[in-house]
Amino acid sequence: MLKLMNVNKTFNKGTINERNALDHIELHVNPGDFITIIGSNGAGKSTLFNAICGQFLVDSGQIILDQRNITAFSDHQRAFEIGRLMQDPMKGTAPNMTIEENLALAFTRKAKRGLFALNKSDRSKFREILSQLELGLEDRMKTKVGQLSGGQRQAVTLIMCTIAEPKLLLLDEHTAALDPETAQKILAITEKIIARDHLTAMMITHDIHAALKLGNRTIMMDDGQIILDIAGKDRSALTMDELLSFYSKERKKQLANDRMLFTS
Amino acid sequence: MILLVGSLQLGFLYAVMAMGIYISFRILNTPDLTVDGSFSLGMACAAVLTASGHPILALIATLFFGAIAGTATGLLQTKLLIHPILSGILVMTSLYTVNLAIMGGRSNLSVAGKATYFTMLKETFGGNMLMMTCFAIIPALLLLVIVPIFFKTHLGLAIRATGDNEEMVRASSINSNLTKCIGLAIANACVALSGGLISQYQMFSDVSSGSGMVIIGLASVIIGETLFGKRGVTIGIASAMIGSVIYRIIVAFALKIDLFPSYALKLISAVIVVIALSGPSVQQSYHQMKIRREVRRHAKREASTAYAETHECKQDL
Repeated sequence: MLKLMNVNKTFNKGTINERNALDHIELHVNPGDFITIIGSNGAGKSTLFNAICGQFLVDSGQIILDQRNITAFSDHQRAFEIGRLMQDPMKGTAPNMTIEENLALAFTRKAKRGLFALNKSDRSKFREILSQLELGLEDRMKTKVGQLSGGQRQAVTLIMCTIAEPKLLLLDEHTAALDPETAQKILAITEKIIARDHLTAMMITHDIHAALKLGNRTIMMDDGQIILDIAGKDRSALTMDELLSFYSKERKKQLANDRMLFTS
Repeated sequence: MILLVGSLQLGFLYAVMAMGIYISFRILNTPDLTVDGSFSLGMACAAVLTASGHPILALIATLFFGAIAGTATGLLQTKLLIHPILSGILVMTSLYTVNLAIMGGRSNLSVAGKATYFTMLKETFGGNMLMMTCFAIIPALLLLVIVPIFFKTHLGLAIRATGDNEEMVRASSINSNLTKCIGLAIANACVALSGGLISQYQMFSDVSSGSGMVIIGLASVIIGETLFGKRGVTIGIASAMIGSVIYRIIVAFALKIDLFPSYALKLISAVIVVIALSGPSVQQSYHQMKIRREVRRHAKREASTAYAETHECKQDL
């Protein structure tokens, strides 16, 4: 489904702040994969998403989505087939527009366009989709999104990202800004939608437990590289402690290398 | 009475401009200073074409040229990434030259005696004051129907969303640069049309009469919002238009009772905008001040009771 071939990105090239944010990334995502991504701050997880979404163009390498080379596409062109959910619930919705207007905007990227953005059949479709959330939003379709709580807004954003059936869904710590209970709920809804639409998805998380529980494949990133990529039996056999110890081992190795560099 | 009718007519002609300002300032949420230039641009285009005997074509042309001016500002903002305010000022400044060029190097042009939109209607329907007011209302009313409908279409929705959350628009696979340019083009087309109507109404065009139009338009939008509240697009546009009429009536009466000399007009409009914009923050700081005073009084009372208690204790000892 998604192929990243030898993708590189360096920020602030040629200055003292030079940082290799993506370092020879090779990643093949199979159709139907639900990948969880873990790694410390600054490991390059969000940068990876930004590269896939086209927030910036990569220095070298190819990004191929469903046999189409999207390496040179602009961000809004890529958004046609990629849905992305950010950590900040405020970012994914237009606060001064109603729920149905927000949904209509996301929906019409693929749906047939009539003269008006909203029509009766769209409305009933939105109603049905919203009712599946079980948050009571289907009766508040004319409410401005800015009046909803963070969790409700994130739920609406999730619907907006998936309503046009994207080929790839990227979840960037989308529950991190919510209270634990709401986060659980949003996560459950996410799982439900991914299973229902057979979406290919990638999710960044800091919750190691969720990273191993959800999805079928786990990637660990560090310093712009993918240092672990496990799926299937290996993954189900892995415990949280093992994963953490693996991580600190990798870290230590790197620190040792750095130390050698400085002392020699 | 004549005063009232006159300001009604002017108010509805300027209402078209107020709508343009509403589109750029409120819907697109960008401060668009092109307006000063595109208003004069509309005046100049209309005057030249009216002078050559095409009054209706003149009004249509103003829409077209205004849209070009708006697109220029939009391109500076989105393609060259120049700050919105500066791109507006740049286009406004360059339009000054363009306007002079359109009018053949003269700074003003009279169309007295030529057929205009108003004289044409006057000949067919008669020209009493009531009819004249109706003629002035027609363009505003027409746009009041068309523009809100446009903002309910898919493109219109995308433009509204661009002003609300640009990131979300791009994430929905819509080119927000394009929607921004289209929005600015529509806004400035309205402004230029208003300029064209005014030049036909006053029978002359002056290159400097566009200056201060942003503030006048903004004052109209704010007056409308104070009266009707901040609501949806349709009501927002209608209230900006009514705000424009009220602004003209206020100005007319202020001048009538010799409260101000006529050259004080722009200062007054600026003061209206300042008062209206500072309203919420003044209200809030007043509220804050009240809370602070309350807290202080409370603290003082507590301190004095504490002092009294310690003194009582000492007396007991």
